[in-house]
Amino acid sequence: MTTANQAGPQHQARRRWGEWLIENTVRLAGVSTILIVALIFLFLLKEGIPTFLDIPLRQLFSGRWYPIESLYGILPLLVGSLLVTIGAVIIAVPLGLTVAIYLGEFAPSWLREFLKPLIEILAGIPSIVLGFLGWVVLAPLIQNLGASTGLTAFTGSLILAYMALPTIISISEDALYAVPKEYRDGALAIGATEWQTIWRVVLPAARSGLVIAVMLGVGRAIGETMAVLMVTGNAANIPKLGAGMFFQPVRTMTATIAAEMGEVAQGSLHYSTLFGIGIILFLITFAINSVASRVVGVQGSRRRGGQL
Amino acid sequence: MNKIEVRNFSFFYGDFRALKNLNLPIRKNKITALIGPSGCGKSTFLRSLNRMNDTISGTRAEGEMLMDGKNIYDPDVDVVELRQRVGMVFQRPNPFPQSIFDNVAFGPRVLSTASNGDLDQIVQESLERAALWNDVKHRLTDSAFALNPGQQQRLCIARAIAVKPEVILMDEPASALDPVATLKIEELMRVLAVDYTIVVVTHNMQQAARVSHFTGFFWLGELVEFGVTSDLFSNPQKELTESYITGRRG
Repeated sequence: MTTANQAGPQHQARRRWGEWLIENTVRLAGVSTILIVALIFLFLLKEGIPTFLDIPLRQLFSGRWYPIESLYGILPLLVGSLLVTIGAVIIAVPLGLTVAIYLGEFAPSWLREFLKPLIEILAGIPSIVLGFLGWVVLAPLIQNLGASTGLTAFTGSLILAYMALPTIISISEDALYAVPKEYRDGALAIGATEWQTIWRVVLPAARSGLVIAVMLGVGRAIGETMAVLMVTGNAANIPKLGAGMFFQPVRTMTATIAAEMGEVAQGSLHYSTLFGIGIILFLITFAINSVASRVVGVQGSRRRGGQL
Repeated sequence: MNKIEVRNFSFFYGDFRALKNLNLPIRKNKITALIGPSGCGKSTFLRSLNRMNDTISGTRAEGEMLMDGKNIYDPDVDVVELRQRVGMVFQRPNPFPQSIFDNVAFGPRVLSTASNGDLDQIVQESLERAALWNDVKHRLTDSAFALNPGQQQRLCIARAIAVKPEVILMDEPASALDPVATLKIEELMRVLAVDYTIVVVTHNMQQAARVSHFTGFFWLGELVEFGVTSDLFSNPQKELTESYITGRRG
């Protein structure tokens, strides 16, 4: 305040006006984002609610998705999304974390400087291009392995895993990089091997960042539409339980919405059911995010000195 | 008796020669203090003793450091095993973001030297030796970050002695601490010297005079003078040493 007083009342007033302007611009930007999210959710609810009112829950969660005969069982779609996503997670998480550990801990710095931007560029490949590659290259390969068709849940998982990898690698590597050198030095100076240092000190210390990396990667996988639509075969069947379940065609929730939205009559039950599926998708992502922030939160309070 | 014998030892960061042809003994079960201005190479020397400098790329050592007669820079030396024998305490307390118990148990666990029953025993003993047991015995599962800096540093000392090293290196162990915590660390060093060989780097000449048996004075990567602490402080042989310890240089 003293400097402002020295500069005279006019200057002080201008400063205060500037502060007010910036503060409110920032506030407006913040509030509008939240408002837009809320509006989207309200719209989803408005269009989708009839699904849950008009279709008995037992029928909604039954196994037949056949809108032409007014059979709206979304179970096959749920299972399809689940299968493809779980497959993608099983592939992408270990692979992504391993690559991040290699880049962050073992790779010489010139290689890291070279690979990291490259990996980040991969994140920018349009999903339709990946879907195309999956269709043309991956699907025939998988069919040659003995599946009845190359367009399967597994094909979708592979493509999704590939899409999630750059996110997982890049953010995990940042998290590992942020672990203070003092921790590594401390562990090495006790006589821990390099791997013991990473496994017992660096990874636990980076845990919250790693969780975020995995969640963002999975988030991308579960919401992805176009690539999955192209390579999973789009059969709204529930695959038979067993080892072969990943090698059968499935249809995901996102692909269903994308494929059928164009041909439904607005306001019909079919139309609102597609929105209903959107609501369920929204809830699933919301649940994943909540679990993630819970895990990160536990880690945070531990850092501040809470009980283990 | 000499625990470590340094012979014609030089150390390079790339082309820069940080240590020049050092020769000195580290006496067993004594405290050896290394003093000198910032950047004189005393920390580099300390980190050479457990080869922590190996983690920096582009470094190179020449000459010998004989520990119990064996050169620790020989190609057949297992660095991991060496570091277990030569423990280290750093300038800033660096406990892991884990519980107090897990911090001390870290060493025995990675070296798998203890069964679980023994582990409790080792943790307790190490904390007792580090004069921390009474402060933490009822909250071993608390995070190490709940301790104050002085306690954290003693925790790091407990963590270092839990693997039963032979030598303990201390890199300005009290420089981040207040005077009371500093005195506690110095007291602890005297007690530990009964069983361990201690090498301590310090900026604080009173500290060197108070705790150490031997003192080496470093200047621009060279060892200017080495001797019994009381002699070196009361009757320095070199003019440079005298002007540094009386505060006229440095």
